[in-house]
Amino acid sequence: MANHAPSFTTPGGEPVFMMTDKDHHPENGTSLGFWIYLMSDCLIFASLFATYAVLGKSYAAGPAPKDLFDLELVAVNTAMLLFSSITYGFAMLEAYKKNVGRTIIWLGITGLFGASFIGIELYEFHHLIAEGAGPQRSAFLSAFFALVGTHGLHVTVGLIWLVTLMVQVGKNGVGPANMRRLSCLSMFWHFLDVIWIGVFSFVYLMGVIG
Amino acid sequence: MSSIPETTTFLFGRLSLDSLPLHEPVVVATFCGVALGGIVLVAALTYFRLWGYLWNEWFTSIDHKKIGIMYIILAIIMLFRGFADAVMMRIQQVWASTGAEGYLNSHHYDQVYTAHGVIMIFFVAMPLVTGLMNFVVPLQIGARDVAFPFLNNFSFWMTAGGVVLTMISLFVGEFARTGWLAYPPLSGIEYSPGVGVDYYIWGLQVAGVGTLLSGVNLLVTIVKMRAPGMTLMKMPVFTWTALCTNILIVAVFPVLTATLALLALDRYAGTNFFTSDLGGNPMMYVNLIWIWGHPEVYILILPAFGVFSEIVATFSRKRLFGYVTMVWATAVITLLSYLVWLHHFFTMGSGASVNTFFGITTMIISVPTGVKIFNWLFTMYKGRIKFDVPMLWTMGFLITFTIGGMTGVLMSVPPADFVLHNSLFLIAHFHNVIIGGVVFGMLAGIVYWFPKAFGYRLDPFWGKMSFWFWFIGFYFAFMPLYVLGLMGVTRRLSQFEADSTLTVLFGVAAFGVVLIAIGIGCFVLQLIVSYLKRDQLRDETGDPWNGRTLEWSTSSPPPDYNFAFTPVVHDLDAWWDMKTRGYKRPLAGFRPIHMPKNTGAGIILAGLSTACAFGLIWHMWWLAIGGLAATIAAAIVHTFNYNRDYYIPAETVASTEEARTEALAKQA
Amino acid sequence: MLISSRILTRLSILPLLAMLGGCDIVLLNPAGDIALQQRNLIYTAVGLMLLIVVPVLIMTLVIAWKYREGNSKAEYDPDFHHSTKIEIVVWGAPIAIILALGTVTWIATHKLDPKQPLTRIDAATPLPADVKPLEIEVVALDWKWLFLYPQQGFATVNEVAAPVNVPIRFKITGTTAMNSFFVPALAGQIYAMPGMQSELNAIVNREGVFKGMSANVSGAGFSHMNFKFHGLSQQGFEEWVAKAKAGTDTLDRAKFLELAKPTEKEPVRTFASADPALFDAVVNRCVEEDKICMRDIMHIDMLGGGGKAGIDKEQALRMGLCTPSAPYGSAFYSPIREDVTKNEEKQAG
Repeated sequence: MANHAPSFTTPGGEPVFMMTDKDHHPENGTSLGFWIYLMSDCLIFASLFATYAVLGKSYAAGPAPKDLFDLELVAVNTAMLLFSSITYGFAMLEAYKKNVGRTIIWLGITGLFGASFIGIELYEFHHLIAEGAGPQRSAFLSAFFALVGTHGLHVTVGLIWLVTLMVQVGKNGVGPANMRRLSCLSMFWHFLDVIWIGVFSFVYLMGVIG
Repeated sequence: MSSIPETTTFLFGRLSLDSLPLHEPVVVATFCGVALGGIVLVAALTYFRLWGYLWNEWFTSIDHKKIGIMYIILAIIMLFRGFADAVMMRIQQVWASTGAEGYLNSHHYDQVYTAHGVIMIFFVAMPLVTGLMNFVVPLQIGARDVAFPFLNNFSFWMTAGGVVLTMISLFVGEFARTGWLAYPPLSGIEYSPGVGVDYYIWGLQVAGVGTLLSGVNLLVTIVKMRAPGMTLMKMPVFTWTALCTNILIVAVFPVLTATLALLALDRYAGTNFFTSDLGGNPMMYVNLIWIWGHPEVYILILPAFGVFSEIVATFSRKRLFGYVTMVWATAVITLLSYLVWLHHFFTMGSGASVNTFFGITTMIISVPTGVKIFNWLFTMYKGRIKFDVPMLWTMGFLITFTIGGMTGVLMSVPPADFVLHNSLFLIAHFHNVIIGGVVFGMLAGIVYWFPKAFGYRLDPFWGKMSFWFWFIGFYFAFMPLYVLGLMGVTRRLSQFEADSTLTVLFGVAAFGVVLIAIGIGCFVLQLIVSYLKRDQLRDETGDPWNGRTLEWSTSSPPPDYNFAFTPVVHDLDAWWDMKTRGYKRPLAGFRPIHMPKNTGAGIILAGLSTACAFGLIWHMWWLAIGGLAATIAAAIVHTFNYNRDYYIPAETVASTEEARTEALAKQA
Repeated sequence: MLISSRILTRLSILPLLAMLGGCDIVLLNPAGDIALQQRNLIYTAVGLMLLIVVPVLIMTLVIAWKYREGNSKAEYDPDFHHSTKIEIVVWGAPIAIILALGTVTWIATHKLDPKQPLTRIDAATPLPADVKPLEIEVVALDWKWLFLYPQQGFATVNEVAAPVNVPIRFKITGTTAMNSFFVPALAGQIYAMPGMQSELNAIVNREGVFKGMSANVSGAGFSHMNFKFHGLSQQGFEEWVAKAKAGTDTLDRAKFLELAKPTEKEPVRTFASADPALFDAVVNRCVEEDKICMRDIMHIDMLGGGGKAGIDKEQALRMGLCTPSAPYGSAFYSPIREDVTKNEEKQAG
């Protein structure tokens, strides 16, 4: 429960009912809370994956994944996101060493990778829509755009958060509050990576190869 | 408004003067009433210079007790609105059963029942449950606040934002005409082109954010902030049920969010998730929404079970019978609630095996529920039962819920459901469990914990009147609906062929509603009378019922910091244990207490989100985009504020505690 | 079952039932064998549950009275909070009841599956092997019901009839919102949904006129979306059919599209003849002459979709009517067809 064991009885064996001798500091719940939030976010993705599983083959006599997806482009995109996770790891390592400047640099690199991921995704969406294969064409495309788009939206939010944190780390260093924020964003960023692995295998790979 | 050709302007989107129901006398009269009341209220608040007080002490407060109370006030206000809808339906159905048209055409009637369902579940039952958990849980586990106090304030205001949108729909535009779960294709853009379904979607999305975050918050609070010594199996049962309810909230509200988002995409972006063409599948919506919807029922009822567990033990003056069983029964219900959603649509044509599976899982839930009923009975057994008002509600619950449970299990038998589904029998059943369970439970909880929140008891006479009118009114209002259901009368009908039997039965139901109205009136009177008699009803002990759990160890109302020293828990029923083992309040040695500061960020963020939602509803894109951008900007600005807490000086704590010592001495 | 129904009558939880003894409680007094079996199931389930509900209600009142604060003679044991024996009983009793009810449910759900063809006319009479069910195709429209009799070749609106003691097979679909097809006296309801076909097997054992309705809200005219179900003698049914077929009105695709437009309080109508392929076209959402059928879309999708050429929705979906000779409509000759053929070859290879 706590990092300092409370005494339940006095030396005389009487029960202690109030901690009058020292302050009780419950453990900080931010990590747990953020993790629970991520799990619930995960359920949003689960719903979207389920939707894709149900509708993913309803092409409405329109194009199927193999007609549309460019696996090479997606592979590059995946690499961007994976690299960004690694560089975020470096940022965290520097933050633990209390090295503000390097933390910010690594965060910046992470942000660039993330931005290229979003850029490539936007290019892909733009290309599909320009071709006529927009989300309105078929239930498959609706489900595809919703799933991939929701992930992209999350990455975008992550980027805004990342920039905010870079400013905050620059201003206030890596104290306990910023450390907490950095590790929350870290969880968020890696979580999006894991979701993307699911999207990549389930939507792109199985769509084109399977 | 679908008859009006759709013209949009940049500034107002779809909103025009025609969107205001100026040609509908009932709505205009209501609006005048509300507006007049609002003006009087605003004038009074201004005259008595209460705005600053409200803003500083309540709206921006991050104190879990005040937020809990605000949730409950919000719920009671919305109860009036939801109940007014119920009254309108009852009048229309009696009237129409004579073969007349009545006074509500389907355009209105369909909005009324949709609003009734949405409001009663999302904006009455949910805030009651959340409010009670917010107020009670930190006190019961010996904590000074919830884990994330600012988030708590924000969650409340998001719920309020949903309420505001739903209420605006009454006067600006229209509400959904689809039933409270808005099944597509009916709720799709093709068959519901107006703003009604959009109000529904965005009202629930805004409120849903609040619900989800409050779920995360309370979950972390219970896991991380329990007093030393309070192991999981020494947690009060109400806290246990709160834990399970919040697990359910974080596990199912995201599904609702996703489902409504997909419906919104269908309506706004022309996608094909739930359309009948281009591969869409409306049945998927029905599945998804019930994967949220069924656990939602347990989100509401579990805390009510917790309230009854506390009350039965306290008023029988006995330790709860079978605590371990209670905990396990709660956990089993939590798990099983995910495995029953299909019983809401046996009649959609799934095969016999699928229906059997979901029918039997539903029945299995009645086992732990039945065990709970038995445990409450055996808690009363060999007790010394005091029939104060909370205990009366509990008795009403035990009888009513048992009957409602039985009709529920009956409908879990698929072939029986084929004839009972969508009928007034179903309506009678779920009101039987929701009123008999959730509403009775929350009203019991309010009466039980009111002295803790305000320092004086509620007047017992008006409380008893309220109970008896509610209780008897319930049977008059809903037993006829069981019969009507067996007569093959289905739900959501505004017109009937003339039938005198129907008139009689709907008449009896309407009489029941009158009784319930008196019951609600008595409840309000109870609040007013008790306030006027507050000095007579004052409780200085902080423990008016001879309670068993930690919240009763504090003063009433508790100080901002709840506990001057963190309690140490040795046994279930910690306060009872302290009382029986001769606990003495520490009188010295107070130290400064670390507390979070009030903040206006929650109300500002929620206000901006609500504005964004309003823009989306009316296609005022500048407002939608601006509102979203402003929300993000405000959130970022808020994160730059690192200075969020302060210390209550030891002297303040000492003087507060001294006042309590004096009050206690006077009592003795 | 008899005993449980007696218990129900005596301990009726619906005190109003006695008061309203004279009125027509159709679910408890139905006209069809399926609904009768559903009613018996309700009695059995209620009877089983009363075995535990009645003791609970009595216990509640007795315990509350006996252990009230004023009764100082009653035993007070504040530490009585556990008893393994009681725990076994309070878990065991509900489990036993649910086991029994679960078994009943298992059997009844399979036996009364609406898709299951009937095996008996009523409790006493098995179905002779040579009896063919009467087919009725049901279409829920905004806001009226269309009934097609494919064996007789005519159609009616908001009125349906069947001879007594002859099995009926309803095939049900809809055009816009979800409705639910429900004749309480006959059998349980089943949803009527666009693009989907559901099925209900039922029988009427008694002559009479019974109410039918949509049980699921479907929009503005929903309250009036009612129809009459006539249970007729064999002769009466033949006369009814003859009368319906005597008219001049015919139901073709164009008429159907006209009829499908939203109307409220639609009067009873008959069509002396009806396009035999109409129902199938409604289910497949291709009543419009230039729309490709869902069945064919699904076939194309199964083979891997319409390819890049299928991006153009107009071209892909308005390829023309599918007929037995051109099962993909004119899509057969379109670029899509090439993609489809390629896929078919690939699969075969």
